[in-house]
Amino acid sequence: MKGNEALAEAAIRAQCRCFFGYPITPQTELSAYMAKRMPKAGGVFLQAESEIAAINMVLGAASTGARAMTSSSSPGISLKSEGISYLAACDVPALIVNVQRGGPGLGGIQPSQADYWQATRALGHGDFHVLVFAPASVQEMVDMVSRAFDTAEKYRIPAMLLADGLLGQMMEPVTIPEPSESKCDKSSWAANGHQFKREHHIINSLYLQPDDLEKLVLERFERYELVKANETDAELYLTDDCDILLCAYGASARVAKTAVNSARKLGIKAGLFRPKTLWPFPVKELNKAAESAKVLLDVEMSMGQMIDDVRLAINCSKPVYFYGRTGGAVPVPADVLEEIKRLGGEL
Amino acid sequence: MAVVFERPKSLLDVPTHYCPGCTHGIVHRLICEVIDEMNIEGDTIGVVPVGCSVMAYDYFGCDVIEAPHGRAPAVATGVKRANPEKFVFTYQGDGDLAAIGTCETVHSAARGENLVIVFINNTIYGMTGGQMAPTSIPGQITQTTPYGRDVKTAGYPIKMCEMLSTLEGVALAQRVSVDSVPHIREAKKAIRKAFENEKEKRGLSIIEVLSTCPTNWGLTPLESIKRLQDEMIPYYPLGVYKDIAGEGTK
Amino acid sequence: MTTEILLAGFGGQGVLFAGKILAYCALIDGKELSWLPSYGPEMRGGTANCSVCVSDEPIGSPVVTFPDILVVMNQPSYDKFINAVKSGGSVFIDSSLVESECDRNDISCHYLPSTTLANENELRGGSNMILLGKIIKETKIFTLETVKKAIEKVVPPAKEQLIKNNFKAIELGMSV
Repeated sequence: MKGNEALAEAAIRAQCRCFFGYPITPQTELSAYMAKRMPKAGGVFLQAESEIAAINMVLGAASTGARAMTSSSSPGISLKSEGISYLAACDVPALIVNVQRGGPGLGGIQPSQADYWQATRALGHGDFHVLVFAPASVQEMVDMVSRAFDTAEKYRIPAMLLADGLLGQMMEPVTIPEPSESKCDKSSWAANGHQFKREHHIINSLYLQPDDLEKLVLERFERYELVKANETDAELYLTDDCDILLCAYGASARVAKTAVNSARKLGIKAGLFRPKTLWPFPVKELNKAAESAKVLLDVEMSMGQMIDDVRLAINCSKPVYFYGRTGGAVPVPADVLEEIKRLGGEL
Repeated sequence: MAVVFERPKSLLDVPTHYCPGCTHGIVHRLICEVIDEMNIEGDTIGVVPVGCSVMAYDYFGCDVIEAPHGRAPAVATGVKRANPEKFVFTYQGDGDLAAIGTCETVHSAARGENLVIVFINNTIYGMTGGQMAPTSIPGQITQTTPYGRDVKTAGYPIKMCEMLSTLEGVALAQRVSVDSVPHIREAKKAIRKAFENEKEKRGLSIIEVLSTCPTNWGLTPLESIKRLQDEMIPYYPLGVYKDIAGEGTK
Repeated sequence: MTTEILLAGFGGQGVLFAGKILAYCALIDGKELSWLPSYGPEMRGGTANCSVCVSDEPIGSPVVTFPDILVVMNQPSYDKFINAVKSGGSVFIDSSLVESECDRNDISCHYLPSTTLANENELRGGSNMILLGKIIKETKIFTLETVKKAIEKVVPPAKEQLIKNNFKAIELGMSV
């Protein structure tokens, strides 16, 4: 199964019954799989007229308490940002998948990680965050779907699964989980018809009084603090004694891991820190991983975006170098190894 | 003492924010009367727009979702697809429905989404202070057409009912007005028909309601009614443009 | 031990399919594996290629840049990838469509007119499987039995004739 298809199946197993999408490479298999599978699962698949319509359909369905999702790739996510901001402002949980491709503009269709800033800082206007999960294998694409839904519902914060064309297109052995039930009770807010049994529910993001709006945003940021304290996750690989700590997520972390293994064979003590959650960024995990490191090497399929979070997390206490490829180019382990060797020589 | 007139139950008892002479209140009331008569308040989800009626969630007793500007038909599509047995309606102004939300409107109609759209056409953007709307009449003076809407530069108005009536998915496209008691009665009948269509799963029903905006037209409420009758109705003829359930189609 | 395989040719020659069979072979043998296709417009009539990694350890980068095994089914792919093959690696070339001969002496090159062979044996479109047969004969990366199991897994049972033809093509490739 391709990553995109495995993710779609995992979403259905996680009881997602509403998918709204729009075709865009390299995530189209996800929609195609949903189109085939969702009717048989008794769910809704709808190809929307635009990315904008798709995210608003998600807003509608999710506002009634349904598990709803959409998926797209970079240029499409820009279009969805309006709806994502509304989801966040209305405290409506839903899942957005970004199978990243090269940008800016129409960019290319090859794998990229150039939407890190967008995902972690600017998924729309206003003061808000979205939970961002970063899988690095097809298995993680699968495992993170139900986790993203569960966490989103627990905190009433929309979630994004930030993958890339490489993970979406590749096949790997994968174990698809058994169907799971959502345990989240949404009856206190879902707008699904009051049946004369409760007050009417309003899903809204308009607050014209600054004090009212500020209060709501502050309450949301209190929830963000809880998420920061409880939901960060990272893989630490050979970090206990490392001199050089590589920092990478998603597909570039796979490349980095190969390079770390090669470096170890050469006697260079390299390690890897791989965040699985990008927002919240695993600050304490990184500090633990970086304890013995003399330098850090951030590896990305972009011009360097996560590197900001890496520097912030360690408070610029150690030098952080960068190696990246952009525009759809995937770094080669040998090139990353060269960087490690170069840094190793400087130590 | 016999009660001869009262507030519909599904219209909440709160002070209104609409300007004096504005016809939003009438249309809100008509919708709520229909909801009460059909006894569907508990099963209805309203989707409201961005524009003057952005705060309609304060007035409707049913559950309400406030949609991004123009996206109400997409939000309503999501609601309805996830809850096919519930009643779903959108309430949208002309800027919301016929400018920024044209795409969502046309495609929800093309798909025949089983929804009701109540479309308030007052030929102006009210909330932002009186700019040209997609439905502003040629020659109409607004903040952004200070010399009158010049079709050479600003193009022509969109006649939504006429346009949507060409789509297969539309069950009912009807233009009504709230300028007089007979027209208000007609408008209520149309809204009722729209909700009945939804009940019978016939497809999308759009009721376009010609309305006034005294504040931004710079007229008194009475003068506004007169403008609606003298200028708007001739340009936007009332009537049924499509009705698959039968009855007279224009 | 990791074997990195790159298969390249025109879209429609079954490059991705052959890669998929190799990936399933790895799965059946309990190995770690990855399969990554090229995608997008380059698949529509242009060159298509596919990376397959087979390993005893978890796969790092699934992108094969320097293959241990290269399969080339057209001239542009030969030109593009021949110098990327790792020293000591093997190359399998459809010599009915590739005219060049390799002058590298640090790799072993196997020339096989697989398209012609396929056409002569009523196995149209089976060139990819003939080359695959040759690979398992020369490299012993998988057994014939494993390949047959993989084919049965990938091709739907309803297409029984297709399964038989694929078996025939593999065996033909192993016999030359």
